[in-house]
Amino acid sequence: MTEFRNPALAISRFRRRAVVALVFVLVCLGVLAARFHFLQVVRHDYYLTRAEDNRIALLPTVPNRGMIVDRNGVVLARNYAAYTLELTPWRVGDVEATIDQLAGLVSIDARDRRRFRKILEESRNFQSVPLRTRLTDEEVARVVAQLYRFPGVEVKARLLREYPQGATASHVIGYIGRINERDVERIEERGETANYRGTEHIGKSGLEQSYEAELHGRTGVEQVEVNAGGRAIRALSRTPSVAGNDLELTLDIELQRVAETAFGDRRGALVAIEPATGGVLALVSTPTFDPNQFVDGISTQDWKALNDSPDHPLLNRAIYSAYPPGSTFKPFMALAALETGKRTATQAIADAGYFTFAGHRFMDDKVGGHGMVDLHKSIVVSCNTYYYQLANDLGIEGIASFMAPFGFGARTGIDLPGEADGVLPSPQWKKKRFRKAEQQRWYGGETISVGIGQGYSAYTPIQLANALSALVNDGKLFRPHIVRNVVETGSGERRLIEPEPLRKIPLKPAHVAAVRKAMVDVNVAGTGKRAFQDAAYVAGGKTGTAQVYSLRGQRYVEGRVRERLRDHSWFVAYAPAEAPRIALAVLVENGGFGSQSAAPIARQVMDYYLLGRRPGEPAAEDIDADESLPGPDDGHGHDTTHAAAAAVAARAAR
Amino acid sequence: MSGPSINPLALLRGFVRPIDPVLMLVLAVLLGYAYVLMQSASPERIPSQLTHMGVAIALMWLVAWLPVQRLFALAAPLYLVGVVLLIGVELFGEVSKGAQRWLDIGITRIQPSELMKIAMPLMLAWFFQQREGRSGFADFIVAGVLLAVPVGLIVIQPDLGTSLLVAAVGFYVLFFAGLSWKLIVPVAVVGIVGIGSIVAFGDTLCQPEVDWKVLREYQKHRVCTLLDPTQDPLGKGFHIIQSTIAIGSGGVFGKGWMDGTQTHLAFLPERHTDFIFAVLAEEFGLVGAVLLLVTYLVLLARGFQIAMMAPSHGTRLLGGAITMIFFTYAFVNMGMVSGILPVVGVPLPFISYGGTALVTLCLGIGILMSIQRSRQANKS
Repeated sequence: MTEFRNPALAISRFRRRAVVALVFVLVCLGVLAARFHFLQVVRHDYYLTRAEDNRIALLPTVPNRGMIVDRNGVVLARNYAAYTLELTPWRVGDVEATIDQLAGLVSIDARDRRRFRKILEESRNFQSVPLRTRLTDEEVARVVAQLYRFPGVEVKARLLREYPQGATASHVIGYIGRINERDVERIEERGETANYRGTEHIGKSGLEQSYEAELHGRTGVEQVEVNAGGRAIRALSRTPSVAGNDLELTLDIELQRVAETAFGDRRGALVAIEPATGGVLALVSTPTFDPNQFVDGISTQDWKALNDSPDHPLLNRAIYSAYPPGSTFKPFMALAALETGKRTATQAIADAGYFTFAGHRFMDDKVGGHGMVDLHKSIVVSCNTYYYQLANDLGIEGIASFMAPFGFGARTGIDLPGEADGVLPSPQWKKKRFRKAEQQRWYGGETISVGIGQGYSAYTPIQLANALSALVNDGKLFRPHIVRNVVETGSGERRLIEPEPLRKIPLKPAHVAAVRKAMVDVNVAGTGKRAFQDAAYVAGGKTGTAQVYSLRGQRYVEGRVRERLRDHSWFVAYAPAEAPRIALAVLVENGGFGSQSAAPIARQVMDYYLLGRRPGEPAAEDIDADESLPGPDDGHGHDTTHAAAAAVAARAAR
Repeated sequence: MSGPSINPLALLRGFVRPIDPVLMLVLAVLLGYAYVLMQSASPERIPSQLTHMGVAIALMWLVAWLPVQRLFALAAPLYLVGVVLLIGVELFGEVSKGAQRWLDIGITRIQPSELMKIAMPLMLAWFFQQREGRSGFADFIVAGVLLAVPVGLIVIQPDLGTSLLVAAVGFYVLFFAGLSWKLIVPVAVVGIVGIGSIVAFGDTLCQPEVDWKVLREYQKHRVCTLLDPTQDPLGKGFHIIQSTIAIGSGGVFGKGWMDGTQTHLAFLPERHTDFIFAVLAEEFGLVGAVLLLVTYLVLLARGFQIAMMAPSHGTRLLGGAITMIFFTYAFVNMGMVSGILPVVGVPLPFISYGGTALVTLCLGIGILMSIQRSRQANKS
């Protein structure tokens, strides 16, 4: 670059540059002038005609959202018409003053104002924003009479979403909420922008979210002639909107209610599946919440209350929370033993009450052991020692490769958003999960924990229910689904959501029969005996207990800790034993032994589903202390690598 | 007249002295235009726009009254504050319509990127002023960094329109300071080839699955809509379609004041802000549009005149850059409304509704007046 030693040189250079800039400016302005000439002289006639045509405006007509009904036609989500008071900000001069004046006509509380402001920030200036919803007839009359005073204020009839079942099945149905900026981006990505013109709500969770494309419908267009004030005076033509499709579920809302009631105020989850189809009969996560509070935009306090609650009501435990399966894993392990030939059904071991591995004792819960234990007895009495040995014989690779086809540690693909993977432990998984070489190593002791469903194992309730379905359905594994039919609104045609078989696991019928026989006896003579006393049907089942080791990451609240340190209680069951119509998994967080809290819930659900009998009073409060509590022996001071590994495994079993 | 020690005439003269009559006249014409158009486009906003005008003119006078050296003394602090605020926006900014632009400082929400439009040319011109006589290659590197940092911060907000304007005004300073043609020409060629190829291969590039990497989805959409507005007639293409209809249907003499059907039937979006030029072209026709072009040209000519006769290196650069930024506003806005440039959200200078842009632009006028006055002061 030239250096300006001489100011005069600098001036002359600047002047030259200024002339260049001026020429550039003149050229650009010339281009503009040419463009104006082109538009206003050359193409004037064409644009004049278009302007004349422009007395016709296109207005979107928003489709009705589809309904959701359960398998018996009970309505779970519907729309109702209500009047709303709305403001279009750019047409209203002083928004605050206008709201103050309107407050003299109808009641507008602080919550309405907050919500209005929130929506206002998210919306564009020319969109009308609801200030009050659900106006009474009297309020409508009062406002309409005064509307001439308020330009930009309107009373509109809108369809609002309603969930008549309230908090029941809220995790399944989900809820809709106002479209926010992220939704807009997603709509744009899907190329649906035009179809969402005029639409203000969108599915935010549950079926409302996963079936958004079915429920929303097609937006229609109305051609209207407008007067000089821009108001529509006459409809010229209309392409009507097509209402969204209805959903018919496989879910039985009464069964769902029975199940939720059975939980009482305990936290937990239940998934009940029809084994022959993979249809979900009930999918419970407690505590629940009322989806209706989301429809108009949830207030900050309500949102905080839901979000800050230590019980996490918004969490869908049935598909998102993964827990160690505990002894409910044993039937699958037993099947693995038979299928791989590591054990025969009659082969028995002598249980001394512990299993020694690399100098470390893995204890059975029963001091002194169960004596001679064969496969049948191992399930009925839930003998740990049997499975410690078995796991060691199968090896972690053997366990992982047998369990993977049952869907353990993988999303089932259910038609709900937000499913978690869970963990089917394996050396490969550990390599991916941890970074340090030391942590990546797989220890033999860890295999032994996995054998009794502890250690790193973590499965969601739906994975367990679905795996059990496959076990009692001759190895046929379905993709579980909640929607049975999509009902096309126009034609009324029912589109069946076909049960989608994911795979058929090759299992020898004799092996499956042996395991199922043992599971039936669990409810006759074993850990499920109390819960299934006097049942009018034969049910197979298995209890389980998932260890809660630490309270990491949770706030210390006196009085709660003891409860939260208790083990999670599992129960898996199916019935009737010969031709199962229902297979389920129940989890009660901090419920203690599986037989104690989870099994009675399963009983109530099955009684209702198979017999139509509602629970009269809570049954089966007896505690079956037979439940096996696994775990490394930590009182003997064998500080070997394997003991350390077992401790790590136990800690992971939260 | 005799008597009081304070001569009211002298006071008046003192008050008027900083004002450059030509610039003031042009400003009056433009604001008059704005008033007339606002009557038609959005009469309910006239009171607040009059307030904006009052504030803007007062600030303009204040800047014009300040000696230009004083302004240069503010250059570095203003620039630094601007950069800090931009970082603040990135960290704590409020999101409004998909972009972080506003910073809540308790009393009011401010848009730091707007401040940069004045701080940037001031800073760079001051920088070159300091280096007068020694403007070497290294100086241009430093200036380039000074330019790139805030522009980068504005781009990631993301605010394409403002980053474009700030980049432009900074570039103008470099250009007038003598940035080598060897650097300008290749960049210009790349730009022209780039735009040319986008136009040529628009159909393929605008397929939804094509990811443009550099630009955000909505910016890609704007470019694609420009190439083919009919793609999305109910959506963003609507703006351009309706504004070209408004301009074209205006014809040579226009439909007459308050008689624009596009304007009054509410087909024109944003008709009081970015698209107000369409109101003008519809109601006053080609005549009105050319008249506006001429008015702007007078403004630019006077700006160049002031810059060329400015007393120092720095003031020359500053004057030239500010003049060019007026041009950029006008050209980009009219270009976008008439459908030859993408919709980037740049207002029509001095005419669009809105206080922020008006204040910025009037500060620019004030700076030109201050430069002009310092020349007179130097002479006397």
